[in-house]
Amino acid sequence: MKILVCISKTPDTTAKIAFTDNNTKFAQDGVQWIINPYDEWYALVRAIELKEKDPATTIHLITVGGADCDPIIRKALALGGDEAIRVNTDNADSFVIASQIAAIANEGKYDLVFTGKETIDYNGSAIGGMVAELMDAAYVSLATKFDLNGTTATINREIEGGEETIEVSLPAVVSCQKGMAEQRIPNMKGIMGARTKPLKVVEPVAVEALTSIASFELPPAKAGVKLVSPDTPEELVRLLHEEAKLI
Amino acid sequence: MSVLIYIDQSEGHIKKASFEALTYGAAVAKQLGTTASAVVVGTVQDDLPSLGKYGVSTIYHLNDAGLSHLDSQAYTKAIATAAEKAGATVVVISNNVNGKSLAPRLSARLKAGLVSGAVSLPDTSNGFTVKKGVFSGKAFAHISVNSPIKIIALTPNSYQTIAGEGTAAVETISSGITANSKVIATNKVTGQVPLSEAELVVSGGRGLKGPENWGMIEDLAKMIGAATACSRAVADAHWRPHHEHVGQTGGSIAPNLYFAVGISGAIQHLAGVNRSKCIVVINKDPEAPFFKAADYGIVGDAFEVMPKINEAVKKLKGLA
Ligand SMILES: Cc1cc2nc3c(=O)[nH]c(=O)nc-3n(C[C@H](O)[C@H](O)[C@H](O)COP(=O)(O)OP(=O)(O)OC[C@H]3O[C@@H](n4cnc5c(N)ncnc54)[C@H](O)[C@@H]3O)c2cc1C
Ligand SMILES: Nc1ncnc2c1ncn2[C@@H]1O[C@H](COP(=O)(O)O)[C@@H](O)[C@H]1O
Repeated sequence: MKILVCISKTPDTTAKIAFTDNNTKFAQDGVQWIINPYDEWYALVRAIELKEKDPATTIHLITVGGADCDPIIRKALALGGDEAIRVNTDNADSFVIASQIAAIANEGKYDLVFTGKETIDYNGSAIGGMVAELMDAAYVSLATKFDLNGTTATINREIEGGEETIEVSLPAVVSCQKGMAEQRIPNMKGIMGARTKPLKVVEPVAVEALTSIASFELPPAKAGVKLVSPDTPEELVRLLHEEAKLI
Repeated sequence: MSVLIYIDQSEGHIKKASFEALTYGAAVAKQLGTTASAVVVGTVQDDLPSLGKYGVSTIYHLNDAGLSHLDSQAYTKAIATAAEKAGATVVVISNNVNGKSLAPRLSARLKAGLVSGAVSLPDTSNGFTVKKGVFSGKAFAHISVNSPIKIIALTPNSYQTIAGEGTAAVETISSGITANSKVIATNKVTGQVPLSEAELVVSGGRGLKGPENWGMIEDLAKMIGAATACSRAVADAHWRPHHEHVGQTGGSIAPNLYFAVGISGAIQHLAGVNRSKCIVVINKDPEAPFFKAADYGIVGDAFEVMPKINEAVKKLKGLA
């Protein structure tokens, strides 16, 4: 079993969101970078659990990005995984990123590709589906549970108001979210071991981007909260009914 | 040139998010001076011709036996078949759970640039740019789509449904496409508004002290027809089911009303709810960060305030 886990680098969840260069670039000053939580907590940890069950499993991590991604991918290797691949290209759109991942996945004949549910900065929820189409493989999005039985996988995916259990044949691409696994903290042995694990840097395949970011915008500031006295909560109900017209 | 809208359905019934997508798609067509058609896959119980009232002239229905459940691979082929038939240059899909499994596949298949999580109509004054949410609700980006075909995945509850007059022609297409996957089980909460589709949401945090105190949250939700949600701390403590967890690492919602009780409003919680149109916060701590994001609030003890609120709602709804 060969598993490819997609790892992306995102600003820390508490990072201040601001833009520079006439609102065309994210202001990176003072920003801490982390592994995208869905990739780390769910996609990677579930892959590690599968390897713990079946030691013949190989886990490779992949990230598409510049050398600034190296500390992130090393951090991911500290949790687990045998080696990492970085496709050396910057400023790529979802389709370019997916094309790089699919090229590696097809060439390396991976049985499974795990991604996170979405990146917490771009919120595309797109890479997994694109990779699956480019591999002509099954895709199960927003998975909350994953089990292997030979060459098929049983996967729970989110549907409106519940879950659906679906069985697909491998190869398959799965986007992972809460429920798949429990968050782990890397231990000292993992951190030391990660330093010597191979990190291969490969050049991208040529693909044309389909989209580009023209500009960013912050939401308008809130007008401020209208406070109601705790002695007259019924006034809140009146406001929601008559003013906001919501109930 | 035309606009094609994907109609998502569950157990034969068209989802609310798809009416929004239809209305939005028809508006895009109008903007581009062209017509809108739609595609629906699988068995449908609802009346299709009447969907013409949202502004679509033709509905392609792919109803092969092998397309009875959502299989992303097969459904993508089905939608691509309709897109080709319609000569679509813009495809609109709701960015709901099914949309998230279809839109990116279709994007790769048609080499069509995708904007997922769109929140308003495209700007076609100079190219084709669509506004979408980024940084988990903390900002927006304007995305230029540079490919001949464009795909817009529309954020649910971000575009007002408008029904006018009209009847659509239904064209059934037999495609021979079959799914490779199998659905083994479906597990749905019944009798409740699904959180992702809810217009009104009542949510509780650790301030409620324990699962035994959720009655007042559920009562309010029931009376106003809202879904219930919770903070991560609450889901982690197993006070509430995981699917209710909203925030950066849980569900991301944009209801018309988010009513938060005993939730501090940590930045990761806000990330999942800050696109709500109106936020109400009940918290006993005046310094709780949630008040900064709120439209209405009460600084007070939930255990004293909520029963009175519920009493007032009961009266308002004529339930007393
Ligand atoms: C990477 C990361 C991701 C995260 N993702 C999420 C996420 O997706 N969703 C999420 O919710 N959190 C998330 N968190 C956790 C988040 O930071 C907070 O810890 C969490 O939201 C706190 O939940 P809470 O507000 O219910 O509890 P608390 O922080 O304990 O707040 C309880 C609040 O209730 C108030 N209160 C107490 N008693 C009463 C009373 N009697 N009446 C009224 N008010 C009362 C208190 O004043 C307080 O403000 C994440 C954290 C990290 C680091
Ligand atoms: N640059 C990247 N390199 C590797 N994987 C990525 C990259 N960007 C996104 N992904 C993966 O794709 C998932 C969804 O990303 P997105 O479609 O941008 O929301 C992420 O959770 C990652 O697992």
